[in-house]
Amino acid sequence: MSEHHKESFITKYVFTMDHKMIAKQFLITGMFMGVVGMLMSAIFRVQLANPGESSILYSLLPGAWLNDAGGLNPDKYLALVTMHGTILVFWVLTAGLSGTFANFLIPLQIGARDMASGFLNMLSYWFFFIATVVLLSSLFVETGPASGGWTIYPPLSALPQAIPGSGTGMTLWLISITLFVVGSLLGGLNYIVTILNLRTIGMTMQRLPLTIWALLITAILGVLSFPVLLSCGLLLIFDRSFGTSFYLSDIIINGEALHNEGGSPILFEHLFWFLGHPEVYIILLPALGIVSEVIAVNSRKPIFGYKAMVGALLLIAFLSFIVWGHHMFMTGMNPFLGSVFTFTTLLIAIPSAVKVFNYLATLWRGNIRFTPAMLFAIGTVSAFITGGLTGIILGDSALDINVHDTYFVVGHFHIVMGLSAIYGMFAGVYHWFPKMYGRMMNKNLGYIHFWGTFICAYGVFFPMHFLGLAGLPRRYYSNSAFPMFDGLSDINELITFFALAGAIVQVFFLFNFFYSIFKGTKSSQNPWKSNTLEWTTPVERIHGNWPGELPVVTRWAYDYSKPGAEEDFILQTEPLKEGEIEH
Amino acid sequence: MDIALKNTVKKQLLWVALVSISMFFASMLSAFIVEKGDVDNWKNFSLPTYFVLSTGIIILSSLLLFFIKPALKKGKSIFGLVFIVLILGLLFSFFQIKGWEQLTNQGIYLTGIGSNVAGSFLYILTLTHLLHLVGGLVGLCISTIKSKQNLYSINNYLGLELTSIYWHFLTILWIILFTFLKFY
Ligand code: HEM
Ligand SMILES: [Cu+2]
Repeated sequence: MSEHHKESFITKYVFTMDHKMIAKQFLITGMFMGVVGMLMSAIFRVQLANPGESSILYSLLPGAWLNDAGGLNPDKYLALVTMHGTILVFWVLTAGLSGTFANFLIPLQIGARDMASGFLNMLSYWFFFIATVVLLSSLFVETGPASGGWTIYPPLSALPQAIPGSGTGMTLWLISITLFVVGSLLGGLNYIVTILNLRTIGMTMQRLPLTIWALLITAILGVLSFPVLLSCGLLLIFDRSFGTSFYLSDIIINGEALHNEGGSPILFEHLFWFLGHPEVYIILLPALGIVSEVIAVNSRKPIFGYKAMVGALLLIAFLSFIVWGHHMFMTGMNPFLGSVFTFTTLLIAIPSAVKVFNYLATLWRGNIRFTPAMLFAIGTVSAFITGGLTGIILGDSALDINVHDTYFVVGHFHIVMGLSAIYGMFAGVYHWFPKMYGRMMNKNLGYIHFWGTFICAYGVFFPMHFLGLAGLPRRYYSNSAFPMFDGLSDINELITFFALAGAIVQVFFLFNFFYSIFKGTKSSQNPWKSNTLEWTTPVERIHGNWPGELPVVTRWAYDYSKPGAEEDFILQTEPLKEGEIEH
Repeated sequence: MDIALKNTVKKQLLWVALVSISMFFASMLSAFIVEKGDVDNWKNFSLPTYFVLSTGIIILSSLLLFFIKPALKKGKSIFGLVFIVLILGLLFSFFQIKGWEQLTNQGIYLTGIGSNVAGSFLYILTLTHLLHLVGGLVGLCISTIKSKQNLYSINNYLGLELTSIYWHFLTILWIILFTFLKFY
């Protein structure tokens, strides 16, 4: 019984309850925000390469964003960095990544008509949308958007009079994030309940594709950690707007002593990072899920160590809740507590190494097809290793205090979280584009995109480690006031060169994406010869996924190159042959 | 989806949401506990007597909800029952507000010059609980109207069941908050 009904333009494209369309809404919004965030980084990178001087890029900016000399206004530098971080972390890699692939893949890969609640799913997107509007509107207020960094530490963020960006911009930021969290929670509830209840006949938990496992665990992380961001933000809102002192004590500002007493900004950091660390896994795990699928399909081999992969995901998720203190080694924390957090943090290296090992073992002697999706998937593993190595340094309290708040940190988290997840997202888009739009993306443009991005990204973020080791602090709009950093300006120029080149390379992707939606070659039923259920639905999109009966699953998702089989892949719906052992 | 599955799904959605709400309160409560141990000028407060009353009331209201299923089984009208629970819920809210009044009379404020983090936490915890309770009241209102119209039967009272689960959750949450605020 398929749930078919007439759709108008509004119910089909705007207030849609179809999970596939909602996924595309998330994807397009995420991509749009990605472009905005990337352009912001281009602008502040130009500033860092030639501090205080004007540049043609600046002519794109409204006058209020410029200083007298025509360069970037210092306040606005901070605003841009803050918006850039917020947008990429939350908008692109949380909503854009999870929102897209959880919505798109969960019903399709578990064999369900749609999400458990199409209505909540729709609400989830629209909360996200309104959050987007509010966030972007803060760019246009007179005092500028929030400028205290994406981590919005008080007291800076709690005192509207502290800096321009702590005024209206900060208020809008908080409203926006609150809406964002509500939207994410609604989505998360839905993902969890859908996976637990709507799996089709035969789709046991042990037969789930790893994408679904990753998305499930991501959703659980979100449901447990985002509420903490809400309470953290609520207390901040009260401090800002209603005169409480949760995070404030003994403040003198503009020569005036504030009445606030007894609060502690450290409390904010605890609450924030209790969300903040799980958040980095909310970003990373869906990418790892996508990568598991893409690597297995394109190696034509079963994923190595399926159970270990699930176990590693669970362990990473669990550990992610007990490591938040590694962001706070510099807060005067008891050194013993610091060593506890060091210990738990370094433990994460174990499941991470298990995952990396299994990816490599899957590739080993595989019949590898280097599709653009595959390249990006391997890129994710590569970035995860590079960034993970510096994570071991930062996780160690004795080492971290030397490089805390320097470009070493910026280099680390961009590689391990930014690049890994972005590559995973690209892998997902290239891989499932045919399912989304019924057409193929152009391969050659995909190759240009991959290699361009890969080279430029390392060109940007690798040298940052050296800047950090030399002591260059992050979040400074210019380092020209410190003669000791003069020697580093060449490196900064090099980084900016790669940043701008990397931005230009993304045009190949954007063009490829939108062109292929309309003009790409038509996709066949199962273009990658993949086992999972989504490739058994018709190429043409219908609401309700399968015409007629739902598919019945008889095997796991990774029967690639199974000895004795005629082809090198076997759909999950293909019944076991007589005498065939499951796997 | 068949009806049974639909009901399971809706219940589970609620349960996961409750886990999420619990995390919200757990984080706020642990902030309270940590700050209390940490802050030098923590101004201790004694809980208003009204809060004791409201504790009794909300427990009573939760207990009453347990009679709904037996009543529905016997085919009796449950309007009276649901209505009383609604009234008790309103009474609870009223006493909470009276409790805040008592607090301000003691010189304990949410914000402003005379305020202290201790009091602020007290207000914010009870306030956010009450805000969640408003959701429960809305549910109870709808349930009251529906039970007046005899729309519930033993085979069909999901909405009421969801409201009850939520309401029990609010009761337990309040007991936990009350215990911590009073004895910690
Ligand atoms: C498009 C390429 C990108 C470039 C050129 C870039 C560049 C930068 C630079 C130079 C900073 C530090 C500025 C400063 O501290 O003064 C920064 C901050 C940041 N970036 Fe990126 N980034 C890029 C992509 C990403 C991605 C993919 C993410 C996603 C995780 C990301 C997340 C952040 C965050 C969270 C911050 C910290 C913001 C803050 O300090 O509050 N960026 N970026
Ligand atoms: Cu962390």
